Amino acid sequence: MSEKIIIPSSAQLVVIGAGPGGYAAAFKAAELGLEVTMIDPEVNPGGVCLHRGCIPSKALLHVAKLVNEAEESVDIGVTFAKPKIDVDKVRAWKDEVIGKLTGGLGMKVQHKKLTYVRGMAQFKSATTLTVTGGDGTVGEMTFEQAIVATGSRPIMLPGVDPGSERIFDSTGALDLVDVPASLLVVGGGYIGLELGSAYQAMGSKVSVVEMTNGLLPGCDRDLVSVLKRRLDTKFEAMMLNTKVAGLKELKTGVQVTLEDKKGQQTKQKFAKVLVAIGRRPNTEDLGLENTDVELDEKGFVKVDGQRRTGQKNIFAIGDIAGEPMLAHKAYSEANVAAEAAAGRKAVYDPRAIPAVVFTDPEIAWCGITETEARAAKIKVKTAKLPWRGVGRTLTLGRDDGITKLIIDPETERVLGVAVAGPGAGELIAEGVLAIEMAAVVSDLRGTIHPHPTLSETIYEAAEMLFKP
Amino acid sequence: MAQEIRVPEVSEGVTEGTVISVAVAVGDKVEADQTLLELETDKAVVAIPSPFDGTITKIKVSEGDTVAVGAVIMTGEPGGGTGAPETPAEEAVSEAPVAEEPAAAPAVETPAEPAPDPEPVAASAEPAPVAESAPPASTPEVDLTTVRLGDRVAPAAPSVRRLARDLGVDIYQVQGTGPGGRLSEEDVRVFVRETMQRITGGGPTPMVSAEFPGLHAQRPLPDFSKWGGVTQEPMSKVRSITADAMSYAWSTIPMVTQFDKTDITDLEAFRKEFNRKVDPDGKLTMTAILIKVCAAALRAFPQFNSSLDLARKEMILKDYIHVGVAVDTPGGLLVPVIRDADHKGIETLATELNELAAKTRERRMSPTDLEGGTFTISNLGGIGGTAFSPIVYAPQVAILGVSRAEMEPVWDGEHFQPRLVMPLSLTYDHRVIDGADGARFLRWICQAIEKPINLVMKG
Repeated sequence: MSEKIIIPSSAQLVVIGAGPGGYAAAFKAAELGLEVTMIDPEVNPGGVCLHRGCIPSKALLHVAKLVNEAEESVDIGVTFAKPKIDVDKVRAWKDEVIGKLTGGLGMKVQHKKLTYVRGMAQFKSATTLTVTGGDGTVGEMTFEQAIVATGSRPIMLPGVDPGSERIFDSTGALDLVDVPASLLVVGGGYIGLELGSAYQAMGSKVSVVEMTNGLLPGCDRDLVSVLKRRLDTKFEAMMLNTKVAGLKELKTGVQVTLEDKKGQQTKQKFAKVLVAIGRRPNTEDLGLENTDVELDEKGFVKVDGQRRTGQKNIFAIGDIAGEPMLAHKAYSEANVAAEAAAGRKAVYDPRAIPAVVFTDPEIAWCGITETEARAAKIKVKTAKLPWRGVGRTLTLGRDDGITKLIIDPETERVLGVAVAGPGAGELIAEGVLAIEMAAVVSDLRGTIHPHPTLSETIYEAAEMLFKP
Repeated sequence: MAQEIRVPEVSEGVTEGTVISVAVAVGDKVEADQTLLELETDKAVVAIPSPFDGTITKIKVSEGDTVAVGAVIMTGEPGGGTGAPETPAEEAVSEAPVAEEPAAAPAVETPAEPAPDPEPVAASAEPAPVAESAPPASTPEVDLTTVRLGDRVAPAAPSVRRLARDLGVDIYQVQGTGPGGRLSEEDVRVFVRETMQRITGGGPTPMVSAEFPGLHAQRPLPDFSKWGGVTQEPMSKVRSITADAMSYAWSTIPMVTQFDKTDITDLEAFRKEFNRKVDPDGKLTMTAILIKVCAAALRAFPQFNSSLDLARKEMILKDYIHVGVAVDTPGGLLVPVIRDADHKGIETLATELNELAAKTRERRMSPTDLEGGTFTISNLGGIGGTAFSPIVYAPQVAILGVSRAEMEPVWDGEHFQPRLVMPLSLTYDHRVIDGADGARFLRWICQAIEKPINLVMKG
């Protein structure tokens, strides 16, 4: 299996990192006729998204959905036996999904005639890389242009042993070693809530601790409240305004010291602790100091509209180029950087980057949020349609949801769309298109939406804006 | 006095709702009707508005709570006003020498030029040895480096934005014709076509007319301080717009000035007599009379009430007659416009002009008061002088200059009579108006003033 890794001596374009940003950029650049080398430590492309992020977590959330639906179908007259979770089989299935997808990308690398080097790269200068192959081979290669897409990694609480089996980050949680009896999720962001939901459905008693006064920072509160109402019934505890003051690993679990707003400390024991307090860009150890690439105070690479760094022949895309750290944002930047590298006039100028939280119910939004509009004193008009009373939601046995449109009162242009409820992640695409196309609300209202589907809630919300 | 805020009757049959978001915090200043919180009921999500201007002192509910109609949700302290107005007034943008602040704004920025992002990308600084085969970024014309997400985004689909970039068009300069100002592919193409026509010698087109204020070349200036002390002052907005409009007209319009004289002895006697009886607001001025006379003349000679579109090879004849009057203000020259002058009597015109001129001097006029003129009168008679050649105010094609009337000996065939004679000068765009017509038009005006019966005889 271990063929000797060959490091090419030069490349027209080198792509460092083979996550969604890296492989999309490499494929696009190859299509545009550049001769491309892609460098990544994994055997196949895929990055965090495929190996340790979006894809495995969605696989686990699918398991959660099956379990929840089976449980809740009692209310509509269908009773299943209590589900038995075979953790090994679930893990194997999840790994199979990952294997298929990353393997597919590996094939594509061959089809596109890219050079793929399994290894790590460091800039020696603005035109030279030192490459260390996965087998220890070291070589130097020169390049004309580079696209850096090295992604991000989870932030761990200070003082935690990186090898700890009881205190882990999202990567550890997705390995699915077992389903602990109790799990404390540190951080009320989307990663914590998604993984918490998956573990809860598989049988863990899940508690969440969040330092601020609300879940999902950046998301409008009315959407969060739809999710929180359901999570309150599923999770053991939702501790807001609470800090983790200490973590002590015991033989049988982890003793956690929690501190509330008033400084009151309590000790609780959990079988495992998932730390999901954010992610940090991988901009260290790249030798960027040997180039004119500049970082901002948070460690993100500073880029211009074409994703060019301070070093004009080096681009940066994806998580290392700033928030939001989302795969689809990286895809878009990848295309821009690849086109710019090929001499085209591409610019990264999205009007809306959708955000989706794959909890149950899902939350998805794009464009401006009400909170942002309020903070920036932008005049907006909103329509909010609760899902109660919408045919399709009732036939799903669920009525917890809300669809919201945010428009410019003057031009009626759609500025933001937000959805909370089952399937919100699929619905938001219409909102993104509407915003990118500069649609006005009459366009949404004048578009026939299929009946009976959840997409009708967008139509009906648009209709609300026309009431006399 | 603290006041309780209760859940109002939101809709028939609704007795309670769930609080889904609280939009204010304790201590927030609120305006009447500002949303305090949102309540989800069986029928809809309703915003509960503040019943007063004031400050929120207590919030009794939180998100997720169920509250009944009539329940107290907050308390507040009415009064005290609220902070700054919510939306900053947008700066009025207009093409005429207009209403910008008289105090010289230091920025020498012209109003209709949108994106002050002059820095082009100099992407040529590729690392030396390998740059040869790399095709990239050879000084793109479009701004590819800065993403102007902070601006009000241009309402265009991604495909349209891409087209604009490919053509080297700054999309923020294109005006959309679709709903809500949406930009189509066609809008981008029209912009390019019209810009090209302009550059290749076409006339001004409405869409881009103010976008090239820097066209008027300037030779390098000497260092004036070599010869004595100097002070530098930034040009005021009015000054820079005037400079732009005048040099545009001067350098693009071939102009001719026609001079003539008219006997106003009888008219002046009538005017003085009239003013003895009328109150100051309705005071009759020579300019007001001239507006009426010119309006009639413009009806008789429609080509004087036109504009030229060289790009389309068209004359644009206007059905309406809006006469601009140059007003000398402390901040500079402004030209407010009297609308539909041909439909108004002289008394009305006099009253309107007095009011508009006063408003303009005090800079209370609105930008629309300065727009839409089809002909202009510039009366310097109050100051003196024998004659002058005014400059046509493009895209109009003619302007009437008025100088001070003097008592002159006029030969009546037998004797010299002392008559009050007013010099008039008409400057016109010779591309549109022939010399003979220029002379006829001005003669018509002179005769109408001398024998007002002509006003109704002809025209």
